[in-house]
Amino acid sequence: MFRILEKEHFSENVMKFTVEAPQIARSRRPGHFVIVRCGEGGERIPLTIADADTERGTITLVVQQVGVSTRKICALEPGDELTDVVGPLGQATHIAKVGTVVCCGGGVGVAPLLPIVKAMKQAGNRVVTVLAARTRDLIILEDQVRPWSDEVVIMTDDGSYGRKGLVTEGVEDVIRREKVDQVVTIGPAVMMKFVAKLTERYGVPTMCSLNTIMVDGTGMCGACRVTVGGRTRFVCVDGPEFDAHQVDFDEMLMRLRSYN
Amino acid sequence: MEKDNSRDASWRAALRGAMSAKDRTAIERVKMPELDAAYRVTSRSEEVNQGISEEQAVTEATRCMDCPDPQCVTGCPVGIDIPGFIKNIQRGEFGEAARVLRMTSALPAVCGRVCPQEKQCESRCIYHKMKRQPVAIGYLERFAADRAREEARRNPAPHRRPAPGAIKVAVAGSGPAGLSFAGDMAARGYDVTVFEALHEIGGVLKYGIPEFRLPNAVVDDEIRALEAAGVTFVKDCIVSRTVTYDELKQQGFRGLFVASGAGLPRFMGIPGENLIGVMSSNEYLTRVNLMGAGLEGHDTPVLTGRTAAIVGGGNTAMDSVRTARRMGAERAIIVYRRSEAEMPARLEEVHHAKEEGVEFMTLFNPVEYLGDERGHVRAMRVQRMELGEPDASGRRSPVPVEGDIREIPVDLVIVSVGVSPNPLIPASIDGLNVSRRGTIEVDEVSMESSVDGLFAGGDIVRGGATVILAMGDGRRAAAGMDAALKQAH
Repeated sequence: MFRILEKEHFSENVMKFTVEAPQIARSRRPGHFVIVRCGEGGERIPLTIADADTERGTITLVVQQVGVSTRKICALEPGDELTDVVGPLGQATHIAKVGTVVCCGGGVGVAPLLPIVKAMKQAGNRVVTVLAARTRDLIILEDQVRPWSDEVVIMTDDGSYGRKGLVTEGVEDVIRREKVDQVVTIGPAVMMKFVAKLTERYGVPTMCSLNTIMVDGTGMCGACRVTVGGRTRFVCVDGPEFDAHQVDFDEMLMRLRSYN
Repeated sequence: MEKDNSRDASWRAALRGAMSAKDRTAIERVKMPELDAAYRVTSRSEEVNQGISEEQAVTEATRCMDCPDPQCVTGCPVGIDIPGFIKNIQRGEFGEAARVLRMTSALPAVCGRVCPQEKQCESRCIYHKMKRQPVAIGYLERFAADRAREEARRNPAPHRRPAPGAIKVAVAGSGPAGLSFAGDMAARGYDVTVFEALHEIGGVLKYGIPEFRLPNAVVDDEIRALEAAGVTFVKDCIVSRTVTYDELKQQGFRGLFVASGAGLPRFMGIPGENLIGVMSSNEYLTRVNLMGAGLEGHDTPVLTGRTAAIVGGGNTAMDSVRTARRMGAERAIIVYRRSEAEMPARLEEVHHAKEEGVEFMTLFNPVEYLGDERGHVRAMRVQRMELGEPDASGRRSPVPVEGDIREIPVDLVIVSVGVSPNPLIPASIDGLNVSRRGTIEVDEVSMESSVDGLFAGGDIVRGGATVILAMGDGRRAAAGMDAALKQAH
């Protein structure tokens, strides 16, 4: 049922899969995620839907090999099947015309950012996209975000591509240069934490998308809970997107280490 | 075999006449053979209750007086013809006993294991009036259902398909409410499809109730019986997300029964509750039961602890604490804010937990969890309570004893203080009346909601109840939807 049609290597550890899932392709909106299981005995892990093609009945998933389950998935080839794919889950991104939107993504977080970049542009916003990674090889989806961005800023830690520096420096330059009405940030929790700190200083509303530990993904287990504005929220049903200025990133970072 | 199962049937009259009431009541209630407590805490998968033998079953069935006005039946949420199946056991017609069970219950092998019989059928048994122990209805139900399961494994029933042109109805959720509804509707000739969000069919019977109390193989046998009766199951499909109610209607489904269960686990909102090692019973049990955490070939991890505290006094708390013992906790403690008398758990679960070395800290309520430098829970602070005036539930409500707060070292905490309804479906359907608690509001008799053709039952309506109450809802909804569809025809 959930057959892999295409596989593309973005880098050594990051791969893009086109997966047959017609019902999900039809129902999904930007911001939605799926729960994927690979093999009997496999874990249920959340993966954000990077794109969908309703005509072909496919969804696009971008997977970074970091643990047992993502390594299993990345070992699959076209023709193989994922055991289970369920969704779309989570709240869809709130897309509106607000003016200028800075979309900043780090590492594999650019994958879930792509549909938001696209939707923000289609809604009539000026979109500045900031892509960041440790080094040139890890910058992904640049060609895909370009058509939907008025400007693309590339930041690498080692300066091997674009500008040398952290994602926050790239975002700060834009905020200093022009009026920014909203920031969307998706990437490693620690990156989102510092983007949130920066934009809070400038008073720019910021939305982040959280990727926490989940089991069922439908609200049942509570493994994904985070503190937002002093209240416990469930990423799977209340999120995955939240007001970044309200998220307790330190607690989230701690909880991500539950099984390390 | 005489087919008539009514009380007036000659064979039943003969059984009644064959023994005096005095001799009948002199028989001691059967004891359920159990695995030894010291052994069973070392085994994750072996069922504690081993089931009674054929001889024990026939003897126990003989105890039943076959009352003219059997009160046990009124105590059963699905109205099983209890004397009807018990007397069939007594005359050795075990298959017929199972058939009587199946007429009103889609899951007899499950109910025989997890129903709180002491609060339902057995609580109304005539034996109580004689100050004697009631007939072991639950054990007998399990006996007959297990015999039928074994028979079905040897000789699988031929698969029936719904008749061409049968009316299509959909079910959201494959837990006890959904399965019960599906069984009844298939029997009424409908073409039933059950949609399940998870990758396994069975809902709480799979992810919630542990193997040592309800083996998954038992649930699978019951599901196979429903498949044989013509029910279709679709996993990995969330009604409201993967497919909407409107899309189902476009696909020709004429009714939807929502049995999506209790979704969100409740937490207490006290400091430290998000520390590593503090989790909901739903998470803990799902990792262990559904995902097989810790078993060979299973990737899902689960945290274990040397000292596990389980907060709550219901069946889920007992399942969690007994699981913790089996997962290696040296100390496993129930922390409950009322006294043992108010515990909602089945008596047998409390009894089994105690045999397995579980400690009971009753009249204590957690107020804070303390963590170490890595954010892992290392201790909990508990407030001593005492019982005050009865509250709305009729139970005496616990009140804090000022100044009496203690600290106990723990490295695993399972919070089992209840659940809220799953929000996915209620949030997705326009015009659906939903209570402040998030439950779907339905007519108590027909189980129909404010939306035409949409019925609901189980925890999505009750907010948190038992397997058998959910099954009763499924039955009523089946009758309600059947009537509504016939009227529309």
